[in-house]
Amino acid sequence: MTVAVADVPAVPPDLLTVAHLSMRFGGLLAVDDLSFVARAGQITALIGPNGAGKTTVFNCITGFYRPTAGHIALERGDRSFDLDQLSGHRIARDAGVARTFQNIRLFPRMTVLENLLVAQHAKLMRASAFSLAGLLGLKGFREAEARAMSLAEDWLTRLGLVHVADRECGTLAYGIQRKIEIARAMCTEPCLLCLDEPAAGLNPRETAELSRLITSIRGEFGIGVLLIEHDMGLVMGISDRIVVLDHGACIAEGKPAEIRNNPAVIRAYLGEEDPRAGPGSTDAPGAGDGA
Amino acid sequence: MALARAAPTVSSGVLRAAFGEALVAAGIAFMLALPLAGLRLPINPMDSVIFRPWWVVVAVATVFLGRLGLALWRARVAPSRRNGVPLLDRALAYILPWRRGIFVAFVLLVAILPLMPFADRRVIDLGAVVLIYVMLGWGLNIVVGLAGLLDLGYVAFYAVGAYSYTLLIIHLDLNFWAALPLAGAFAALFGVLLGFPVLRLRGDYLAIVTLGFGEMIRIILINWSSLTGGSEGITSIPTPTLFGLTFTAVPAPGETAFHQFFGIPFAGVHRIIFLYYLILALALLTHVFSMRIRRLPVGRAWEALREDEIAARALGLNPVMVKLSAFGLGAMFAGFAGAFFATRQGFINPSSFTFIESAIILAIVVLGGMGSQMGVILAALLLVLLPEVARDFAEFRMLLFGGAMVAVMVWRPRGLLAHREPTATLGDLSRGREPAP
Repeated sequence: MTVAVADVPAVPPDLLTVAHLSMRFGGLLAVDDLSFVARAGQITALIGPNGAGKTTVFNCITGFYRPTAGHIALERGDRSFDLDQLSGHRIARDAGVARTFQNIRLFPRMTVLENLLVAQHAKLMRASAFSLAGLLGLKGFREAEARAMSLAEDWLTRLGLVHVADRECGTLAYGIQRKIEIARAMCTEPCLLCLDEPAAGLNPRETAELSRLITSIRGEFGIGVLLIEHDMGLVMGISDRIVVLDHGACIAEGKPAEIRNNPAVIRAYLGEEDPRAGPGSTDAPGAGDGA
Repeated sequence: MALARAAPTVSSGVLRAAFGEALVAAGIAFMLALPLAGLRLPINPMDSVIFRPWWVVVAVATVFLGRLGLALWRARVAPSRRNGVPLLDRALAYILPWRRGIFVAFVLLVAILPLMPFADRRVIDLGAVVLIYVMLGWGLNIVVGLAGLLDLGYVAFYAVGAYSYTLLIIHLDLNFWAALPLAGAFAALFGVLLGFPVLRLRGDYLAIVTLGFGEMIRIILINWSSLTGGSEGITSIPTPTLFGLTFTAVPAPGETAFHQFFGIPFAGVHRIIFLYYLILALALLTHVFSMRIRRLPVGRAWEALREDEIAARALGLNPVMVKLSAFGLGAMFAGFAGAFFATRQGFINPSSFTFIESAIILAIVVLGGMGSQMGVILAALLLVLLPEVARDFAEFRMLLFGGAMVAVMVWRPRGLLAHREPTATLGDLSRGREPAP
């Protein structure tokens, strides 16, 4: 499964550069001098034991936390953004970083379609001339809204969810909500998609669908995907590169095959002292489907 | 056994439980009724308190029998219904497809009210008061119902509207139609000004700050006597004209009165009817505006922010702009309503803008069902008309009012009409297209 990466002729450009990132909460150093890059058209996985600081890294990248130290830069086309200086909504709107959440954060009392339309707020707001053209129902706004609706519909068609378009999100099954959250993030037309444990709570069939969805997003849109995930089968199967965190620091970085056999990673997951712990444990990187 | 035969579905255990429940209720009723109904303060403070034992007996007996009957009824009838959809919800589901028609019919009914034979001055006046509250409810609905920002000081913007309208009229000699939009703009400005310091607050914290803001405005109005006339207020605010036609019996030289123009005898009620239609038009404007803006990106952003601010931010929504626009637009309609209030009354003073007004407007929104336009109408009718009707019950008026509020909250905790209509449906786009596999 990792062979495909080797076929990529040239290394794609760096999309996201995290340099010497540190995040301190009082006495706790949640992220410790972390540096890595994520490239366009690649899936970069961020793995590590619970409490390793993965979600904190996400929150720094997406502007929910201001890092204690370090630098986060994003290249979008010919523009570059210092994510550590931007406010959260500008990171999403201008820099084009979209994210999903570990515990799903859809708008529960709004319909699926409305959720996907809110994701296209910035563009629709411009088209509605800050509501003036919208209030008057001008043609330009109506066309922009029709385009936004058809983008939303495209995503629902792709996920096979057109039949729930007008249902309230809060009433839908968990697996469907996960998919909708990804579709909503993609409706912002991002250049970097950050997925925080997208497979949590999914059954094996749904996980397989999810992995097809993520790889198709990478292939079709050529955007960078940053993935936090505990399901090693999924991570090893689709990632182009993996960054392993433990206690806030990067302990290994490389292709799935390299990570799988990295002694430091196995130690972080399984501990050192216990010689009986073997590669049979489900949470260990070596236990993936390719092992 | 005899008991079981007489009432086959009520066992003696159920009966005993029902008796116990009724006794407890009667005990509570006794404690409440003794001071509330049993004692009456004398008109002359020198006399002793009048004790009315029969009032207490009647109250306790009513509660006892009522509770007993309710408990027995529940034991026999309710279990079969408990899993079913409540009656009101079933009725609502039935009339939901007709809601547009019902609304139009309702508006027509309201529009022809002044022409009805029973419509005297008092009825039309009361109608105008209900419409003011409907308009205020719709305005606050933008802030509370859509954007989810709990605002306990909404009356401040109503006051700003009323005072800025009055001052513009008096000092700059503007007419109603020029001062009205300016009053709305002033109120909107105050809405935005209030919005800034409370951007980071939510829920109860926001409620406390807005409550304080509402009081601040009132106290400023009382103390800034040179501008606002202090607690005396400002009197002799002129009535608006209808395209230059005044509503006075003897118009000033150079002016034409309404009755002269149409060649009909002068009647004071013409002015009342004119004001009624004016507030009806303003309320309808508020309704149309909020229905439209709900379907625009900014309206959806308000609702998204209400649902989940963090997710909204992660999608590129600027919470500052979204909140300020909700505060500003909500306040603007309070400003319009305030201007109307000033012109209808002919005088204003700070005692019209106390906290209880904010509470009533908020109660209308919450009782009606947050975000529901029709719910606001129902709740405004209930909250304004019920105290009027209950006037016949004299001292029990507020008791009845409170009881009705409790009843609604028990049976309809999400408000009278909690239905939410999507702002966009896929049907709008792909009507008639084949469903995707």
